[in-house]
Amino acid sequence: MEAILALEDGTVFKGASFTGDGETGGEVIFNTGMTGYQEILTDPSYVGQMVCMTYPHIGNYGVNLDDVESSRIRVEAFIVKECCKTPSNWRSVKTLPDYLREYGVMGIEGIDTRALTRHLRLHGAMRGLISTREPDPAKLVARCRELPAMEGLNLADTVTPQKPYIWTEKGPRDVELQDGAYAWPGPGPRLVVFDFGIKWNILRLLTEQGFDLLMVPSSFTAEQVGRLAPDAVFFSPGPGDPATLQGPIAQIAKMTDSYPLAGICLGHQLLGTALGGSTFKLKFGHHGVNHPVKDLLTGRIEISSQNHGFCVDISKLSDVEMTHVNLNDQTLEGFRHTKKPIITIQYHPEAGPGPHDAQFFFTRFRSMVREATGK
Amino acid sequence: MPKRTDIKKIMLIGSGPIVIGQACEFDYSGTQAIKALREEGYEVVLINSNPATIMTDPELADKTYIEPITPEAVIKILEKERPDALLPTLGGQTGLNTALAVAESGALERLGVELIGASQEAIRKAESREEFRQAMEHIGLKVPRSGIARNMDDVRRLSKEIDFPIIVRPAYTLGGTGGGVAYNQEDLEEIAQRGLDASMKTEVMLEQSVLGWKEFELEVMRDRLGNCVIICSIENVDAMGVHTGDSVTVAPAQTLTDVEYQKMRDAAIAIMNEIGVDTGGSNVQFAVNPADGDMVIIEMNPRVSRSSALASKATGFPIAKIAAKLAVGYTLDEIPNDITRETMASFEPTIDYCVVKIPRFTFEKFPGSVDYLTTAMKSVGETMAIGRTFKEALQKGLRGLEIGMPGLGKDFDEPEGDREAILNSLRKPNSRRLFAVRAAMRAGFSDDEIHAASFIDPWFLRQMREIVQFEDRLKAFGLSESISPDNPALAPMLREAKALGFSDRQLATLWKWSMHDLRRLRKGLGVEPTYYLVDTCAAEFEAYTPYYYSTYEPGRETAPDEGRKVVILGGGPNRIGQGIEFDYCCCHSSFALREMGIRSIMVNSNPETVSTDYDTSDRLYFEPLTFEDVLNIIEFEQPEGVIVQFGGQTPLNLAVPLMRAGVPILGTSPDAIDRAEDRERFKALLNKLDLRQPENGTAKSFEEALVIARAIGYPVVVRPSYVLGGRAMEIVYDDAALENYFKVAVVASPDHPILLDKFLENAIEVDVDALSDGEQTYVAGIMEHIEEAGIHSGDSACVIPPHTISPELQAEIERQTVALAAELGVVGLMNIQFAIKDGMVFILEVNPRASRTAPFVSKATGVPLAKLATCVMMGRKLKDLDPWSMRKTGHVSVKESVFPFNRFPGVDILLGPEMRSTGEVMGIDRGFGLAFMKAQYAAGQKLPTEGAVFVSVNDRDKEAVVRTVQLFVEMGFKITATSGTAAFLRGKGIESEVVFKVYENRPNICDEIKNRRIDLVINTASGKRTISDSKELRQTTLLYGIPYTTTISGAWAMAQAIKALRDSGLAVQSVQEYYKG
Repeated sequence: MEAILALEDGTVFKGASFTGDGETGGEVIFNTGMTGYQEILTDPSYVGQMVCMTYPHIGNYGVNLDDVESSRIRVEAFIVKECCKTPSNWRSVKTLPDYLREYGVMGIEGIDTRALTRHLRLHGAMRGLISTREPDPAKLVARCRELPAMEGLNLADTVTPQKPYIWTEKGPRDVELQDGAYAWPGPGPRLVVFDFGIKWNILRLLTEQGFDLLMVPSSFTAEQVGRLAPDAVFFSPGPGDPATLQGPIAQIAKMTDSYPLAGICLGHQLLGTALGGSTFKLKFGHHGVNHPVKDLLTGRIEISSQNHGFCVDISKLSDVEMTHVNLNDQTLEGFRHTKKPIITIQYHPEAGPGPHDAQFFFTRFRSMVREATGK
Repeated sequence: MPKRTDIKKIMLIGSGPIVIGQACEFDYSGTQAIKALREEGYEVVLINSNPATIMTDPELADKTYIEPITPEAVIKILEKERPDALLPTLGGQTGLNTALAVAESGALERLGVELIGASQEAIRKAESREEFRQAMEHIGLKVPRSGIARNMDDVRRLSKEIDFPIIVRPAYTLGGTGGGVAYNQEDLEEIAQRGLDASMKTEVMLEQSVLGWKEFELEVMRDRLGNCVIICSIENVDAMGVHTGDSVTVAPAQTLTDVEYQKMRDAAIAIMNEIGVDTGGSNVQFAVNPADGDMVIIEMNPRVSRSSALASKATGFPIAKIAAKLAVGYTLDEIPNDITRETMASFEPTIDYCVVKIPRFTFEKFPGSVDYLTTAMKSVGETMAIGRTFKEALQKGLRGLEIGMPGLGKDFDEPEGDREAILNSLRKPNSRRLFAVRAAMRAGFSDDEIHAASFIDPWFLRQMREIVQFEDRLKAFGLSESISPDNPALAPMLREAKALGFSDRQLATLWKWSMHDLRRLRKGLGVEPTYYLVDTCAAEFEAYTPYYYSTYEPGRETAPDEGRKVVILGGGPNRIGQGIEFDYCCCHSSFALREMGIRSIMVNSNPETVSTDYDTSDRLYFEPLTFEDVLNIIEFEQPEGVIVQFGGQTPLNLAVPLMRAGVPILGTSPDAIDRAEDRERFKALLNKLDLRQPENGTAKSFEEALVIARAIGYPVVVRPSYVLGGRAMEIVYDDAALENYFKVAVVASPDHPILLDKFLENAIEVDVDALSDGEQTYVAGIMEHIEEAGIHSGDSACVIPPHTISPELQAEIERQTVALAAELGVVGLMNIQFAIKDGMVFILEVNPRASRTAPFVSKATGVPLAKLATCVMMGRKLKDLDPWSMRKTGHVSVKESVFPFNRFPGVDILLGPEMRSTGEVMGIDRGFGLAFMKAQYAAGQKLPTEGAVFVSVNDRDKEAVVRTVQLFVEMGFKITATSGTAAFLRGKGIESEVVFKVYENRPNICDEIKNRRIDLVINTASGKRTISDSKELRQTTLLYGIPYTTTISGAWAMAQAIKALRDSGLAVQSVQEYYKG
């Protein structure tokens, strides 16, 4: 079924839907990973975004039961050169088109994804609309311009959980708090995790470090956290513009003296802002699994999993120092507080998808908590 | 941290001659490395015996030793040059093994030379099967169940512990020589014995078969701080059981989830650390069970490899160059990425296209060999193709293979043969297996059935099926729709076909059109390729490196190059008769153009070469060398001309069609080429110039041939017209042999006549390379063959300057060369083969193009022929270029050929008019004897200085062998001979020990060889009967690595060489020193 992808600047790409009829819009970005589409599809940070994969053959290994980063597909739409309908892999249980259809997410193929990627590189990530219904590209372009821009968009609140939950071998399980308190099972250090759209692999790796986890919604206040009596607090990745999350930022600011803190991606951006920094939007973001990042504390280079459209400016902060730098464009990839136990990282040490080079971050966090709390 | 300043001078070991498993990819890596090191200010000393390499060009390294790559020679050079470091990881297995031997001798320690890149221990850990297995187990990785055997008793013991089928892998060999798969005890006995013999350490590993498992490979780089990056993942279309070098492979891996891929990535990095690869590139091979994902490590190479060359070309990431910089202390984050300029080498390339590599085989060259692919590599070359999808890349690759296939399908007839035959062709992997897959699909087999027979992953089968199914759509379209520009359905159909990689030729066949009309129609509809960049980053960053591939996408990102520009057509995949020598010429042509300020545009499809390094030319188009693909580029770029005379027969075959399409061909006109190649026109040409050729004739049938052969008299040389490398060329001695030739070897027809030439017995053959500007001719080199006429010139050893030809005859040869060049109007290079018999000069062949010997002559004389040829093609004159003044003299250069016989058990090693060598070496010294000795050493023939010489020659040669035997006797060698030869020698006063011929009795000569009682074999044979009688002798000689010669003149040269060695010993000298005179 023919489909049109219209961009807000008037550029039009023609392809075909492999998920049937539909129309959808969002910010169009590209991801340069050659593997890991199932993890990308289920990563809540992609809410509101239509992801174009630069590798032409997508869907080759189908979809399995394990490689998911949340409970459902999150991307707004999936744009590929060629979708494989007959996958080959021993773990595959369904095809990519079936998977997308299951969640009502559009997938289109036959797109010159290299031309689209070059376009986004030159002109920046932009809004786009995909439709099988409207044959007139001009109308689509016009409608596309009415979509909300990513800048100024609060999307974390759309994916954050309604209530606290814990992580089990079978996945997340809701818990009831008693007077705002939680009966920590022990013996691990208690970690409250703000879920702005977390990836499950973070929960797996935090658990592996021996933490007892309790995930809480983005609306949780410093006071509510206090009642949970945690040993440390962690801020997760998530979608949208960090600057719109003024509520959480204010609450985080109240916690900086109380607990060891860590944040990844959006969590890192929120911590940076809470400490007095600011965020700005990158032209087309970093989305892929091949960016080199240098850990300035060890001198080691990590090949990193990246997925962010915003970046933190900490240049005006006095007690904060850069710990990780992106070697491609020299942007900030992580910082630490020089006086307080606070560390962050902009990219994705949890991988899923991507290299495992940066998983040391979780060990480092664990050590920091041990040092600060004795637990 | 910056580069090391405590080292100033670095020695590099090259990989020597082109052999199966080790080809020009090591020239590519070595050249890159030398350039990188010199760029950093290091002094570079190189040893490589292969003259046809760019790396041995005298201006590349500071000191270039064209010497045999043996530990002795390397130690001599170390003693003389006293470098600070030795870099062993860029010269293939040869470089690594030689470095290891040098290190183990204690020479490095003694001379204070540091091994950089990989330590002695790391090399040993990676190379020794047993140590490697222990290392893998230490880091929790699995290897197939296995055991090491050092003798046949070990083999038998292990076969009780490991289930059949068992894979036999010899340690320390190239491309798995001597390995194989044993399905039963009998197989095992044979293969294991061969493996033990082939192994440098008499060590084989018997291994649990993982036949049918999926095979993957990762290319890893590591810097000295332990930072690792994966450059490329590769998935093999052929499952485990077929050597990677023989497998169709794809980049990136297609069927791995990220979880599985990251598991492999983690393993690869852990292996780098555990083996202790200090810096540089390595490749790690994995096998994965398709049923449950169980992963085992097959092997790792702690050096750059064939796969790393492929990975470099597939991604644009220059592995060897970076490896060299890492070896001198840089870290990955300090080395810029040339392609993006703004990013550093410490990233992992990501690609937005699909790359397919397809090996090229030459079983037809080796009668008696079986077209059956196993764990021992047999392919002689490869082609690579880039497309936006696997389907497009696969079909491009198949036509780029130049085996007459325009893609997956050719004639599009329904397959013949029963279902069982089709299944069998899938079960036994062979060089035609992809076409067998197509046949199976056409015959109605399901993907499951094909997978069960071939183990090819269903993903690849599905992709191929989409191509096959599209054939039906195209056929139906051709029947139901009008193929005309007015039909609006035509352009979309063409676009779809093109995106699936269909060539114009295929479409023309399917629609019963002419290819040229179809092309016109297609272009009229605007269905034209676009050229996309290979940029290492999937368009995430702006790229500056002009490396392109064609695809049929709507996007347009490339504009034609600006300014004066010339297209050079490369040689495509290596094959016997067309290899690195031609690529060498193409590179030089490109260098010359750039020096003249003309933009050079290279077109080639061979990933192993220097010509497909994005640094070599101003632009690189990685495309098949077919009329369609080449003309597309020419029409896009609009160059002022195209150079076809350097890439061998491939571009030459395109010359006339391109000229007809209006493309200006630079240099010698295609008509002149035709005048030299067409027999009748050539005869007229020689008559006009009053030059002599052996009596000859052209036959369109056996009957005609018989008349001609009887008229000119036997023996005659017979061959089909228009061939390179002596395909199907034979010397026949009687009517019966001639009849057999027509029955077995060729099909003659009016379109494909057979050529007959009087064979000049015992003539001296001479090759001449010359350079002409249309006015003046420079005779660049007169090469006297060591072997008499009748051996293909590509297989002969030869010497510059000639050592037995009189000055008068040399002058006559020069005169004839100049006359031919003038008459043909040669502008550029030409090669002539002469024969001298009884003081008369005959012309055998004239080729107005670069020859296989052009690099050798260039090295021997110090005159860069291909560069100068390019200059004259661009209009410059020889009187200004003055090659005469450049000529270096005062030394003797010998070229020797290297053969792949050890890869093809059962094939006779006797030389003949059909070319079978894969590569060449050069020996250089002040006199003939030592130069010849070095060439022999370099070719792997370690001539003895004492011991026993076995002599068995046919009657024709008995008189001629006497002086050789006498010389051996004088030097104290013991002579052993068969009864006939011994009797003859006794008549000449030479005593010899008599041994039985193979069929006479036991112990016979083969037993003697096996008992290591023979050190040199001189064996000539002619005529079917004697040839087959002595075949087993030659097989045994080969198997036991005894030096041998099958010609009288070769034997004489060996005797002289041994005498020279005994008299004065070997010394090493650099080319730069020889050039000083």
